[in-house]
Amino acid sequence: MTTMMIAGAALDLDDEGYLTHPEQWTRGIGEEIARGLGITMTDRHWVVCDFMRERYLATGSAPSMRSLGKESGVAIKELYQLFPKGPAKLASKIAGIPKPHGCI
Amino acid sequence: MSQIVILGAGTAGTMIANRLRRRYDEAIQRGQTTITVVDQDPRHVYQPGLLFVPFGIYHPDSIVRPRAMQLHSKVCYRQSGIDHIESAARRVVLSDGQSLPYDVLVVATGTRIAPEETEGLQGREWQHSIFDFYTLEGATALRHKLATWRGGRLVVNVVEMPIKCPVAPLEFSFLADWFFTKRGIRDNVTITYATPLDAAFTKPIAAETLGHLLDDKKVELVTEFNVGRVDNERKVLVSWDDREVPFDILVTIPLHQGAEFLKRSPHLVDDNAFVLTNKQTLQSTVESSIFAIGDATNVPASKAGSVAHFEADVLEANIDRYLAGRELLQEFDGHANCFIETGFDKALLIDFNYDTEPLPGRFPLPKLGPMSLLRESRVNHLGKMAFRWMYWNLLLPGREIPGIPTRMPMAGKQRPLAAGLTKETL
Repeated sequence: MTTMMIAGAALDLDDEGYLTHPEQWTRGIGEEIARGLGITMTDRHWVVCDFMRERYLATGSAPSMRSLGKESGVAIKELYQLFPKGPAKLASKIAGIPKPHGCI
Repeated sequence: MSQIVILGAGTAGTMIANRLRRRYDEAIQRGQTTITVVDQDPRHVYQPGLLFVPFGIYHPDSIVRPRAMQLHSKVCYRQSGIDHIESAARRVVLSDGQSLPYDVLVVATGTRIAPEETEGLQGREWQHSIFDFYTLEGATALRHKLATWRGGRLVVNVVEMPIKCPVAPLEFSFLADWFFTKRGIRDNVTITYATPLDAAFTKPIAAETLGHLLDDKKVELVTEFNVGRVDNERKVLVSWDDREVPFDILVTIPLHQGAEFLKRSPHLVDDNAFVLTNKQTLQSTVESSIFAIGDATNVPASKAGSVAHFEADVLEANIDRYLAGRELLQEFDGHANCFIETGFDKALLIDFNYDTEPLPGRFPLPKLGPMSLLRESRVNHLGKMAFRWMYWNLLLPGREIPGIPTRMPMAGKQRPLAAGLTKETL
Protein backbone atom coordinates (compact mmCIF):
# COMPACT_ATOMS: atom_id res chain seq x y z
CA MET A 1 0.00 0.00 0.00
CA THR A 2 1.38 3.37 -0.96
CA THR A 3 0.27 6.96 -1.12
CA MET A 4 0.74 8.77 -4.40
CA MET A 5 0.06 12.23 -5.70
CA ILE A 6 -2.26 12.04 -8.67
CA ALA A 7 -3.76 15.14 -10.25
CA GLY A 8 -2.81 17.15 -7.20
CA ALA A 9 -4.45 14.81 -4.67
CA ALA A 10 -2.81 12.37 -2.24
CA LEU A 11 -4.31 8.94 -2.91
CA ASP A 12 -3.93 5.57 -1.22
CA LEU A 13 -3.16 2.84 -3.71
CA ASP A 14 -2.77 -0.90 -3.29
CA ASP A 15 0.19 -2.91 -4.63
CA GLU A 16 -1.24 -2.94 -8.12
CA GLY A 17 -2.20 0.71 -8.35
CA TYR A 18 -5.91 0.46 -7.55
CA LEU A 19 -7.49 3.02 -5.23
CA THR A 20 -8.02 1.57 -1.78
CA HIS A 21 -10.55 4.31 -1.02
CA PRO A 22 -12.87 4.70 -4.01
CA GLU A 23 -14.41 7.81 -2.48
CA GLN A 24 -11.14 9.73 -3.02
CA TRP A 25 -11.65 9.52 -6.78
CA THR A 26 -12.48 12.35 -9.15
CA ARG A 27 -12.77 12.38 -12.91
CA GLY A 28 -9.50 14.27 -13.14
CA ILE A 29 -7.78 11.50 -11.20
CA GLY A 30 -9.30 8.99 -13.60
CA GLU A 31 -7.88 10.88 -16.58
CA GLU A 32 -4.46 10.92 -14.97
CA ILE A 33 -4.50 7.20 -14.18
CA ALA A 34 -5.57 6.50 -17.76
CA ARG A 35 -2.69 8.60 -19.08
CA GLY A 36 -0.32 6.56 -16.92
CA LEU A 37 -1.73 3.43 -18.55
CA GLY A 38 -1.25 4.83 -22.03
CA ILE A 39 -4.95 5.35 -22.63
CA THR A 40 -6.42 8.59 -23.94
CA MET A 41 -9.93 8.85 -22.59
CA THR A 42 -12.72 9.50 -25.07
CA ASP A 43 -16.47 9.68 -24.46
CA ARG A 44 -16.68 5.96 -25.28
CA HIS A 45 -14.06 5.17 -22.63
CA TRP A 46 -16.05 7.18 -20.12
CA VAL A 47 -19.28 5.32 -20.93
CA VAL A 48 -17.54 2.17 -19.76
CA CYS A 49 -15.86 3.65 -16.69
CA ASP A 50 -18.97 5.50 -15.56
CA PHE A 51 -21.01 2.33 -15.92
CA MET A 52 -18.49 0.34 -13.88
CA ARG A 53 -18.28 2.91 -11.14
CA GLU A 54 -22.06 3.33 -10.87
CA ARG A 55 -22.59 -0.41 -10.69
CA TYR A 56 -19.87 -0.77 -8.04
CA LEU A 57 -21.27 2.04 -5.88
CA ALA A 58 -24.80 0.63 -6.22
CA THR A 59 -24.08 -3.04 -5.59
CA GLY A 60 -20.65 -3.23 -3.94
CA SER A 61 -19.09 -5.20 -6.77
CA ALA A 62 -17.86 -4.33 -10.24
CA PRO A 63 -19.88 -5.77 -13.13
CA SER A 64 -18.54 -8.86 -14.84
CA MET A 65 -17.24 -8.65 -18.40
CA ARG A 66 -20.41 -10.32 -19.51
CA SER A 67 -22.67 -7.68 -17.93
CA LEU A 68 -20.41 -4.95 -19.12
CA GLY A 69 -20.80 -6.21 -22.67
CA LYS A 70 -24.56 -6.64 -22.41
CA GLU A 71 -25.62 -3.64 -20.37
CA SER A 72 -23.17 -0.79 -20.80
CA GLY A 73 -24.00 -0.30 -24.46
CA VAL A 74 -20.44 -1.14 -25.41
CA ALA A 75 -19.97 -4.64 -26.89
CA ILE A 76 -17.15 -6.85 -25.63
CA LYS A 77 -15.19 -6.55 -28.86
CA GLU A 78 -15.19 -2.76 -28.59
CA LEU A 79 -14.23 -3.02 -24.92
CA TYR A 80 -11.05 -4.76 -25.96
CA GLN A 81 -10.34 -2.08 -28.56
CA LEU A 82 -10.83 0.69 -26.01
CA PHE A 83 -8.89 -1.07 -23.23
CA PRO A 84 -6.44 -3.49 -24.82
CA LYS A 85 -5.78 -6.74 -22.96
CA GLY A 86 -7.89 -6.34 -19.85
CA PRO A 87 -10.93 -4.07 -20.01
CA ALA A 88 -12.33 -5.12 -16.65
CA LYS A 89 -9.02 -4.54 -14.90
CA LEU A 90 -8.07 -1.32 -16.70
CA ALA A 91 -11.49 0.30 -16.63
CA SER A 92 -11.86 -0.39 -12.91
CA LYS A 93 -8.44 1.09 -12.19
CA ILE A 94 -9.34 4.22 -14.13
CA ALA A 95 -12.78 4.38 -12.49
CA GLY A 96 -11.16 4.29 -9.06
CA ILE A 97 -12.84 1.08 -7.93
CA PRO A 98 -11.22 -2.14 -6.63
CA LYS A 99 -9.83 -4.75 -8.98
CA PRO A 100 -12.49 -7.29 -9.93
CA HIS A 101 -12.09 -10.64 -8.18
CA GLY A 102 -9.66 -13.15 -9.56
CA CYS A 103 -8.71 -16.11 -7.43
CA ILE A 104 -5.63 -18.24 -7.11
CA MET B 1 -40.99 -25.62 15.00
CA SER B 2 -37.87 -24.85 13.02
CA GLN B 3 -37.89 -25.86 9.40
CA ILE B 4 -34.43 -25.85 7.89
CA VAL B 5 -34.29 -26.27 4.13
CA ILE B 6 -31.04 -26.89 2.30
CA LEU B 7 -30.91 -26.60 -1.47
CA GLY B 8 -28.30 -28.85 -3.00
CA ALA B 9 -26.80 -32.02 -1.51
CA GLY B 10 -23.31 -31.91 -2.93
CA THR B 11 -20.22 -31.49 -0.80
CA ALA B 12 -21.39 -28.38 1.05
CA GLY B 13 -25.07 -29.28 1.33
CA THR B 14 -24.34 -32.74 2.68
CA MET B 15 -21.82 -31.50 5.23
CA ILE B 16 -24.07 -28.79 6.63
CA ALA B 17 -27.10 -31.10 6.68
CA ASN B 18 -25.24 -33.76 8.65
CA ARG B 19 -23.73 -31.24 11.05
CA LEU B 20 -27.10 -29.65 11.74
CA ARG B 21 -28.63 -33.08 12.25
CA ARG B 22 -26.05 -33.85 14.90
CA ARG B 23 -26.64 -30.54 16.62
CA TYR B 24 -30.43 -30.81 16.56
CA ASP B 25 -30.76 -34.56 16.94
CA GLU B 26 -33.00 -34.35 20.00
CA ALA B 27 -35.17 -31.61 18.57
CA ILE B 28 -35.60 -33.66 15.42
CA GLN B 29 -36.60 -36.70 17.50
CA ARG B 30 -39.25 -34.59 19.24
CA GLY B 31 -40.51 -33.22 15.95
CA GLN B 32 -39.50 -29.65 16.78
CA THR B 33 -36.97 -29.30 14.02
CA THR B 34 -36.87 -30.66 10.51
CA ILE B 35 -33.99 -30.62 8.08
CA THR B 36 -34.95 -31.08 4.44
CA VAL B 37 -32.41 -31.30 1.65
CA VAL B 38 -33.38 -30.97 -2.01
CA ASP B 39 -31.34 -32.22 -4.95
CA GLN B 40 -32.31 -33.29 -8.46
CA ASP B 41 -29.53 -35.82 -9.13
CA PRO B 42 -29.33 -39.15 -7.27
CA ARG B 43 -25.59 -39.42 -7.84
CA HIS B 44 -23.05 -37.83 -5.52
CA VAL B 45 -19.85 -37.36 -7.44
CA TYR B 46 -16.49 -37.05 -5.65
CA GLN B 47 -15.45 -34.06 -7.72
CA PRO B 48 -11.74 -34.03 -6.81
CA GLY B 49 -11.63 -37.42 -8.53
CA LEU B 50 -12.71 -36.01 -11.89
CA LEU B 51 -9.16 -34.79 -12.53
CA PHE B 52 -7.91 -38.38 -12.49
CA VAL B 53 -10.58 -39.91 -14.73
CA PRO B 54 -9.21 -38.67 -18.09
CA PHE B 55 -5.86 -40.28 -17.30
CA GLY B 56 -7.22 -43.66 -16.27
CA ILE B 57 -6.10 -43.22 -12.65
CA TYR B 58 -9.66 -43.44 -11.35
CA HIS B 59 -12.47 -45.28 -13.08
CA PRO B 60 -15.62 -43.12 -13.46
CA ASP B 61 -17.68 -45.60 -11.41
CA SER B 62 -15.29 -45.36 -8.48
CA ILE B 63 -16.07 -41.72 -7.78
CA VAL B 64 -19.86 -41.90 -7.63
CA ARG B 65 -22.03 -42.95 -4.70
CA PRO B 66 -25.79 -42.75 -4.13
CA ARG B 67 -26.61 -39.27 -2.93
CA ALA B 68 -29.21 -40.25 -0.34
CA MET B 69 -26.75 -42.59 1.34
CA GLN B 70 -24.48 -39.70 2.29
CA LEU B 71 -27.21 -38.05 4.34
CA HIS B 72 -28.13 -39.15 7.84
CA SER B 73 -31.48 -40.94 8.04
CA LYS B 74 -32.95 -38.15 10.16
CA VAL B 75 -32.41 -35.69 7.30
CA CYS B 76 -35.34 -35.64 4.84
CA TYR B 77 -34.06 -35.95 1.30
CA ARG B 78 -36.30 -34.66 -1.51
CA GLN B 79 -35.18 -35.66 -4.95
CA SER B 80 -36.50 -32.87 -7.08
CA GLY B 81 -35.62 -29.95 -9.25
CA ILE B 82 -36.08 -26.46 -7.86
CA ASP B 83 -38.13 -23.85 -9.65
CA HIS B 84 -37.52 -20.71 -7.59
CA ILE B 85 -37.21 -19.15 -4.16
CA GLU B 86 -39.97 -16.89 -2.81
CA SER B 87 -37.92 -15.06 -0.22
CA ALA B 88 -40.68 -12.76 1.04
CA ALA B 89 -42.99 -15.71 1.67
CA ARG B 90 -40.09 -17.81 2.96
CA ARG B 91 -40.71 -20.78 0.77
CA VAL B 92 -39.10 -22.67 -2.07
CA VAL B 93 -41.17 -23.79 -5.04
CA LEU B 94 -40.05 -27.10 -6.52
CA SER B 95 -40.20 -28.12 -10.18
CA ASP B 96 -43.46 -29.97 -9.71
CA GLY B 97 -45.05 -26.88 -8.17
CA GLN B 98 -44.95 -28.07 -4.57
CA SER B 99 -43.89 -25.58 -1.90
CA LEU B 100 -41.37 -26.03 0.86
CA PRO B 101 -41.73 -23.44 3.60
CA TYR B 102 -38.63 -22.59 5.65
CA ASP B 103 -37.48 -20.72 8.72
CA VAL B 104 -33.91 -20.91 7.49
CA LEU B 105 -32.81 -21.55 3.92
CA VAL B 106 -29.30 -22.63 2.99
CA VAL B 107 -28.36 -22.32 -0.66
CA ALA B 108 -25.75 -24.99 -1.44
CA THR B 109 -26.43 -25.51 -5.11
CA GLY B 110 -22.84 -25.10 -6.14
CA THR B 111 -21.65 -23.89 -9.49
CA ARG B 112 -22.18 -25.33 -12.94
CA ILE B 113 -20.16 -24.97 -16.09
CA ALA B 114 -21.88 -22.96 -18.80
CA PRO B 115 -20.13 -23.85 -22.08
CA GLU B 116 -23.12 -22.46 -23.99
CA GLU B 117 -22.01 -18.97 -22.98
CA THR B 118 -18.91 -19.09 -25.21
CA GLU B 119 -19.56 -18.93 -28.92
CA GLY B 120 -18.53 -22.08 -30.75
CA LEU B 121 -17.56 -24.07 -27.67
CA GLN B 122 -20.47 -26.48 -28.11
CA GLY B 123 -20.20 -26.52 -31.88
CA ARG B 124 -19.32 -29.36 -34.15
CA GLU B 125 -16.16 -30.31 -32.26
CA TRP B 126 -17.80 -30.55 -28.82
CA GLN B 127 -17.12 -34.04 -27.47
CA HIS B 128 -15.02 -34.81 -30.56
CA SER B 129 -11.96 -32.69 -29.96
CA ILE B 130 -13.34 -30.29 -27.35
CA PHE B 131 -13.91 -31.67 -23.85
CA ASP B 132 -14.48 -30.58 -20.29
CA PHE B 133 -13.40 -32.63 -17.28
CA TYR B 134 -15.61 -30.84 -14.79
CA THR B 135 -18.50 -33.24 -15.34
CA LEU B 136 -18.53 -37.02 -15.10
CA GLU B 137 -19.68 -37.28 -18.70
CA GLY B 138 -17.00 -34.89 -19.94
CA ALA B 139 -14.17 -36.52 -18.00
CA THR B 140 -15.25 -39.98 -19.20
CA ALA B 141 -15.42 -38.89 -22.85
CA LEU B 142 -11.98 -37.31 -22.54
CA ARG B 143 -10.65 -40.54 -21.06
CA HIS B 144 -11.71 -42.42 -24.18
CA LYS B 145 -10.13 -39.78 -26.41
CA LEU B 146 -6.78 -39.69 -24.60
CA ALA B 147 -6.51 -43.48 -24.40
CA THR B 148 -5.90 -43.77 -28.13
CA TRP B 149 -4.64 -40.31 -29.06
CA ARG B 150 -1.31 -40.40 -30.82
CA GLY B 151 -0.33 -36.81 -30.19
CA GLY B 152 -0.67 -33.24 -31.37
CA ARG B 153 -1.54 -29.91 -29.75
CA LEU B 154 -3.29 -30.20 -26.40
CA VAL B 155 -4.66 -26.89 -25.17
CA VAL B 156 -6.06 -26.35 -21.68
CA ASN B 157 -8.08 -23.15 -21.50
CA VAL B 158 -9.84 -21.36 -18.67
CA VAL B 159 -12.58 -19.15 -20.11
CA GLU B 160 -13.14 -16.79 -17.16
CA MET B 161 -12.73 -16.59 -13.40
CA PRO B 162 -14.10 -17.68 -10.98
CA ILE B 163 -13.95 -21.41 -11.51
CA LYS B 164 -14.20 -24.19 -9.00
CA CYS B 165 -10.92 -25.69 -7.95
CA PRO B 166 -8.77 -22.97 -9.57
CA VAL B 167 -5.70 -25.22 -9.51
CA ALA B 168 -7.32 -28.10 -11.40
CA PRO B 169 -6.48 -26.81 -14.90
CA LEU B 170 -2.83 -26.61 -13.89
CA GLU B 171 -2.99 -30.07 -12.34
CA PHE B 172 -4.46 -31.32 -15.58
CA SER B 173 -1.54 -29.87 -17.51
CA PHE B 174 0.99 -31.46 -15.12
CA LEU B 175 -0.75 -34.83 -15.26
CA ALA B 176 -0.91 -34.65 -19.04
CA ASP B 177 2.87 -34.23 -19.11
CA TRP B 178 3.22 -37.30 -16.90
CA PHE B 179 0.65 -39.31 -18.86
CA PHE B 180 2.22 -38.80 -22.26
CA THR B 181 5.72 -39.29 -20.87
CA LYS B 182 4.66 -42.65 -19.45
CA ARG B 183 3.17 -43.61 -22.80
CA GLY B 184 6.40 -42.66 -24.53
CA ILE B 185 4.79 -40.04 -26.80
CA ARG B 186 5.59 -36.85 -24.87
CA ASP B 187 7.67 -35.57 -27.79
CA ASN B 188 4.62 -35.83 -30.04
CA VAL B 189 2.56 -33.62 -27.78
CA THR B 190 2.62 -29.89 -27.08
CA ILE B 191 0.74 -28.80 -23.98
CA THR B 192 -0.45 -25.20 -23.83
CA TYR B 193 -2.14 -23.58 -20.84
CA ALA B 194 -4.13 -20.50 -21.87
CA THR B 195 -5.51 -18.39 -19.02
CA PRO B 196 -7.24 -15.01 -18.64
CA LEU B 197 -5.03 -14.31 -15.61
CA ASP B 198 -1.76 -12.46 -16.01
CA ALA B 199 0.24 -15.37 -14.62
CA ALA B 200 -0.15 -19.08 -13.87
CA PHE B 201 -0.04 -18.32 -10.16
CA THR B 202 -1.39 -14.96 -9.22
CA LYS B 203 0.02 -14.65 -5.75
CA PRO B 204 3.66 -13.47 -5.75
CA ILE B 205 5.25 -15.99 -3.41
CA ALA B 206 3.52 -18.93 -5.07
CA ALA B 207 4.38 -17.50 -8.49
CA GLU B 208 8.06 -17.35 -7.62
CA THR B 209 8.18 -20.77 -5.97
CA LEU B 210 6.18 -22.58 -8.61
CA GLY B 211 6.97 -20.69 -11.79
CA HIS B 212 9.58 -23.25 -12.74
CA LEU B 213 7.09 -26.12 -12.71
CA LEU B 214 5.54 -25.16 -16.00
CA ASP B 215 8.95 -24.75 -17.64
CA ASP B 216 10.23 -28.04 -16.22
CA LYS B 217 7.23 -29.87 -17.62
CA LYS B 218 7.40 -28.00 -20.93
CA VAL B 219 3.93 -26.53 -20.65
CA GLU B 220 3.58 -23.42 -22.78
CA LEU B 221 1.88 -20.58 -20.92
CA VAL B 222 -0.36 -18.05 -22.69
CA THR B 223 -1.61 -15.34 -20.34
CA GLU B 224 -4.24 -12.59 -20.45
CA PHE B 225 -6.08 -14.74 -22.96
CA ASN B 226 -9.82 -14.04 -22.87
CA VAL B 227 -11.47 -16.42 -25.30
CA GLY B 228 -14.22 -14.83 -27.38
CA ARG B 229 -15.08 -17.77 -29.62
CA VAL B 230 -13.99 -21.17 -30.85
CA ASP B 231 -13.52 -21.66 -34.58
CA ASN B 232 -14.62 -25.27 -35.11
CA GLU B 233 -13.58 -25.34 -38.77
CA ARG B 234 -9.97 -24.40 -38.17
CA LYS B 235 -9.86 -25.74 -34.58
CA VAL B 236 -8.62 -22.48 -33.17
CA LEU B 237 -9.36 -20.53 -29.99
CA VAL B 238 -9.82 -16.84 -30.77
CA SER B 239 -9.55 -14.20 -28.05
CA TRP B 240 -11.59 -10.98 -27.91
CA ASP B 241 -8.51 -9.11 -29.10
CA ASP B 242 -8.04 -11.54 -31.98
CA ARG B 243 -5.14 -13.59 -30.69
CA GLU B 244 -5.30 -17.23 -31.78
CA VAL B 245 -4.37 -20.55 -30.17
CA PRO B 246 -4.70 -23.59 -32.44
CA PHE B 247 -5.55 -27.00 -30.94
CA ASP B 248 -5.99 -30.65 -31.79
CA ILE B 249 -7.59 -31.34 -28.44
CA LEU B 250 -9.11 -28.52 -26.42
CA VAL B 251 -9.73 -29.15 -22.74
CA THR B 252 -11.99 -26.29 -21.76
CA ILE B 253 -12.86 -24.98 -18.32
CA PRO B 254 -15.94 -22.98 -19.33
CA LEU B 255 -17.57 -19.98 -17.68
CA HIS B 256 -19.01 -20.92 -14.28
CA GLN B 257 -22.37 -19.78 -13.04
CA GLY B 258 -24.63 -20.48 -10.10
CA ALA B 259 -27.65 -22.74 -10.50
CA GLU B 260 -30.08 -21.65 -13.22
CA PHE B 261 -33.11 -21.26 -10.95
CA LEU B 262 -31.31 -18.60 -8.94
CA LYS B 263 -31.57 -16.27 -11.93
CA ARG B 264 -35.28 -16.06 -11.11
CA SER B 265 -34.33 -14.29 -7.87
CA PRO B 266 -32.04 -11.60 -9.28
CA HIS B 267 -32.12 -9.56 -6.07
CA LEU B 268 -30.38 -12.42 -4.24
CA VAL B 269 -27.52 -13.01 -6.66
CA ASP B 270 -24.80 -11.35 -8.72
CA ASP B 271 -24.39 -11.32 -12.53
CA ASN B 272 -23.30 -14.94 -12.59
CA ALA B 273 -26.05 -16.18 -10.27
CA PHE B 274 -23.82 -16.51 -7.21
CA VAL B 275 -25.60 -15.71 -3.96
CA LEU B 276 -24.67 -12.32 -2.46
CA THR B 277 -23.18 -13.52 0.82
CA ASN B 278 -21.51 -11.90 3.81
CA LYS B 279 -17.96 -13.21 3.65
CA GLN B 280 -17.60 -13.64 7.40
CA THR B 281 -21.02 -14.78 8.56
CA LEU B 282 -22.22 -16.58 5.40
CA GLN B 283 -25.63 -14.92 5.68
CA SER B 284 -27.23 -13.49 2.55
CA THR B 285 -26.58 -9.75 2.40
CA VAL B 286 -30.18 -9.31 1.21
CA GLU B 287 -32.38 -11.66 3.24
CA SER B 288 -31.61 -12.54 6.85
CA SER B 289 -33.33 -15.95 6.69
CA ILE B 290 -31.13 -17.08 3.83
CA PHE B 291 -27.57 -18.39 4.13
CA ALA B 292 -25.23 -19.81 1.53
CA ILE B 293 -22.28 -22.17 1.54
CA GLY B 294 -19.79 -23.65 -0.88
CA ASP B 295 -19.45 -22.80 -4.56
CA ALA B 296 -22.86 -21.11 -4.65
CA THR B 297 -21.70 -18.01 -2.78
CA ASN B 298 -20.02 -14.89 -4.11
CA VAL B 299 -17.49 -14.64 -1.26
CA PRO B 300 -13.95 -13.93 -2.46
CA ALA B 301 -12.61 -17.31 -1.34
CA SER B 302 -11.63 -20.07 -3.76
CA LYS B 303 -14.42 -22.38 -4.85
CA ALA B 304 -13.09 -25.53 -3.26
CA GLY B 305 -14.30 -28.39 -1.09
CA SER B 306 -11.98 -27.45 1.75
CA VAL B 307 -13.53 -23.98 1.85
CA ALA B 308 -17.00 -25.53 2.11
CA HIS B 309 -15.75 -27.70 4.97
CA PHE B 310 -14.40 -24.73 6.94
CA GLU B 311 -17.49 -22.69 6.11
CA ALA B 312 -19.71 -25.47 7.43
CA ASP B 313 -18.23 -25.08 10.89
CA VAL B 314 -19.05 -21.36 10.98
CA LEU B 315 -22.41 -21.73 9.26
CA GLU B 316 -23.61 -24.38 11.68
CA ALA B 317 -22.96 -22.03 14.59
CA ASN B 318 -24.57 -19.07 12.83
CA ILE B 319 -27.74 -20.91 11.87
CA ASP B 320 -28.11 -21.83 15.51
CA ARG B 321 -27.57 -18.23 16.55
CA TYR B 322 -29.99 -16.93 13.95
CA LEU B 323 -32.74 -19.32 15.08
CA ALA B 324 -32.12 -18.27 18.68
CA GLY B 325 -32.24 -14.59 17.77
CA ARG B 326 -28.61 -14.06 18.72
CA GLU B 327 -25.89 -12.08 16.96
CA LEU B 328 -23.98 -13.96 14.29
CA LEU B 329 -20.27 -14.77 14.51
CA GLN B 330 -18.04 -12.97 12.01
CA GLU B 331 -15.82 -15.99 11.99
CA PHE B 332 -15.10 -17.23 8.53
CA ASP B 333 -11.67 -16.17 7.30
CA GLY B 334 -11.72 -17.63 3.79
CA HIS B 335 -9.50 -20.56 4.75
CA ALA B 336 -8.71 -22.92 1.86
CA ASN B 337 -6.43 -25.92 1.90
CA CYS B 338 -5.68 -27.44 -1.49
CA PHE B 339 -3.51 -30.18 -2.87
CA ILE B 340 -2.00 -29.58 -6.29
CA GLU B 341 -1.11 -32.79 -8.08
CA THR B 342 2.12 -32.24 -10.03
CA GLY B 343 2.51 -35.69 -11.61
CA PHE B 344 5.07 -38.47 -11.06
CA ASP B 345 3.56 -39.31 -7.64
CA LYS B 346 4.16 -35.87 -6.22
CA ALA B 347 1.93 -33.06 -5.10
CA LEU B 348 2.02 -29.63 -3.54
CA LEU B 349 -0.08 -28.32 -0.70
CA ILE B 350 -1.23 -24.72 -0.33
CA ASP B 351 -3.00 -23.31 2.73
CA PHE B 352 -4.33 -19.75 2.64
CA ASN B 353 -7.25 -17.43 3.43
CA TYR B 354 -8.77 -14.07 2.49
CA ASP B 355 -5.81 -12.09 3.79
CA THR B 356 -2.86 -14.41 3.55
CA GLU B 357 -1.52 -15.77 0.26
CA PRO B 358 -0.09 -19.30 0.11
CA LEU B 359 3.16 -19.35 2.08
CA PRO B 360 5.90 -21.98 2.28
CA GLY B 361 6.35 -24.02 5.47
CA ARG B 362 5.02 -27.18 7.09
CA PHE B 363 1.46 -28.32 7.70
CA PRO B 364 -0.34 -28.80 9.96
CA LEU B 365 2.49 -28.93 12.48
CA PRO B 366 5.51 -26.66 12.46
CA LYS B 367 8.63 -28.64 11.59
CA LEU B 368 6.92 -32.04 11.95
CA GLY B 369 4.46 -31.43 9.12
CA PRO B 370 4.12 -34.04 7.70
CA MET B 371 2.95 -32.06 4.70
CA SER B 372 5.11 -29.45 2.98
CA LEU B 373 3.60 -26.19 1.88
CA LEU B 374 4.43 -24.86 -1.60
CA ARG B 375 6.88 -27.67 -2.17
CA GLU B 376 6.52 -30.89 -4.19
CA SER B 377 6.63 -34.03 -2.09
CA ARG B 378 5.49 -37.63 -2.23
CA VAL B 379 3.88 -37.29 1.20
CA ASN B 380 1.66 -34.57 -0.22
CA HIS B 381 0.67 -36.86 -3.07
CA LEU B 382 -0.24 -39.61 -0.59
CA GLY B 383 -2.29 -37.03 1.25
CA LYS B 384 -4.19 -36.15 -1.92
CA MET B 385 -4.95 -39.78 -2.68
CA ALA B 386 -5.93 -40.55 0.93
CA PHE B 387 -8.28 -37.65 0.78
CA ARG B 388 -10.92 -39.68 -1.04
CA TRP B 389 -11.41 -41.89 2.01
CA MET B 390 -11.54 -38.88 4.30
CA TYR B 391 -14.12 -37.21 2.07
CA TRP B 392 -16.67 -40.01 2.24
CA ASN B 393 -15.96 -41.10 5.83
CA LEU B 394 -15.06 -37.94 7.74
CA LEU B 395 -15.97 -34.80 5.86
CA LEU B 396 -19.38 -35.62 4.40
CA PRO B 397 -20.67 -36.93 7.74
CA GLY B 398 -19.75 -33.49 9.08
CA ARG B 399 -16.70 -34.42 11.13
CA GLU B 400 -13.43 -32.60 11.56
CA ILE B 401 -10.00 -33.75 10.43
CA PRO B 402 -7.88 -33.84 13.58
CA GLY B 403 -5.25 -31.12 13.72
CA ILE B 404 -6.71 -28.99 10.94
CA PRO B 405 -8.43 -25.88 12.34
CA THR B 406 -11.26 -23.95 10.69
CA ARG B 407 -9.34 -20.67 10.71
CA MET B 408 -6.08 -20.77 8.79
CA PRO B 409 -3.18 -21.35 11.19
CA MET B 410 -0.03 -19.24 10.86
CA ALA B 411 1.98 -21.83 12.82
CA GLY B 412 4.51 -23.57 10.62
CA LYS B 413 4.39 -20.92 7.90
CA GLN B 414 7.39 -18.92 6.79
CA ARG B 415 6.31 -15.34 6.75
CA PRO B 416 8.48 -13.01 4.68
CA LEU B 417 9.84 -10.20 6.87
CA ALA B 418 11.70 -8.21 4.28
CA ALA B 419 13.16 -8.86 0.88
CA GLY B 420 15.23 -12.02 1.04
CA LEU B 421 14.56 -12.73 4.72
CA THR B 422 12.07 -15.22 6.18
CA LYS B 423 11.24 -16.35 9.68
CA GLU B 424 9.60 -19.62 10.56
CA THR B 425 6.75 -18.74 12.89
CA LEU B 426 6.02 -21.16 15.65
